[in-house]
Amino acid sequence: MASTIRVRAVAGADTTEVQSLIQHPMDSGFVKDSAGQLIPPHHIEVVQFEHGGKTVFTALWGPAVSKDPYLKFSFKGAKKGDDLKVSWVDNKGASDSLVAKIQ
Amino acid sequence: MTLSPDAAGWQRRTLLKAFAGGLAGLSLFEASMLLPAYAADAAQWPAEAFKQKSEADALKIFYGKSAEASDKVNLDAPEIAENGAVVPIAVASTLPNVTSIALLVLENPFTLAAAYKIPEGTQPAVANRLKMAKTTKVVAVVESNGKLYTATKEVKVTVGGCGG
Repeated sequence: MASTIRVRAVAGADTTEVQSLIQHPMDSGFVKDSAGQLIPPHHIEVVQFEHGGKTVFTALWGPAVSKDPYLKFSFKGAKKGDDLKVSWVDNKGASDSLVAKIQ
Repeated sequence: MTLSPDAAGWQRRTLLKAFAGGLAGLSLFEASMLLPAYAADAAQWPAEAFKQKSEADALKIFYGKSAEASDKVNLDAPEIAENGAVVPIAVASTLPNVTSIALLVLENPFTLAAAYKIPEGTQPAVANRLKMAKTTKVVAVVESNGKLYTATKEVKVTVGGCGG
């Protein structure tokens, strides 16, 4: 099954820049469907990035984060070829994870 | 070769199967039992903080303290958002020992939009995209050495981010 997570991590001289795009509806719970019914909230709650056994970034998201959420951050201590692990869990208990190679 | 059930062996084989087959076949609970540091953990999501409707309450519940404005917090937000459903917002800071960054959208139904934990070794900067219901002030909060510092910008929203 294809992952919902797309990651690009590029190691620079000092830091590794990570960009991620996750497929997710991120329904806020405030929008009505065509029948006039509120679409219940369905959004990612936690995204975790891990390198070398250590968490390098954690995102705590509420319903105000946009659909198909994008994220960019940078961290030190990684090099090309290292693994970067990404995982998320949403308010319905669904989750996904991916291991990407740092370029 | 052992024929009798072997608890340690079962755990080892399950672990190997998990690595081999990916975590897709396991429930979230089983996955977090095997690789606690790897799987994102819903238990750390601050539910109360994400329900608050004012800046002061969101900061009090999430951080337990109040903030002061600082010019060392750089909030990058568009003056006018073409699409309130997808507003690119970035925060960076020159403050030392930053441990977290939070974003508040004051006119949204729930003020706290997102929060990020910054461990040592990670840059105090983040870029993301947020929904804004209408023209609003956006507050970036940076936690540095245990204290909170903020920068605020107003974003004009022409087409609201809540589908209206």
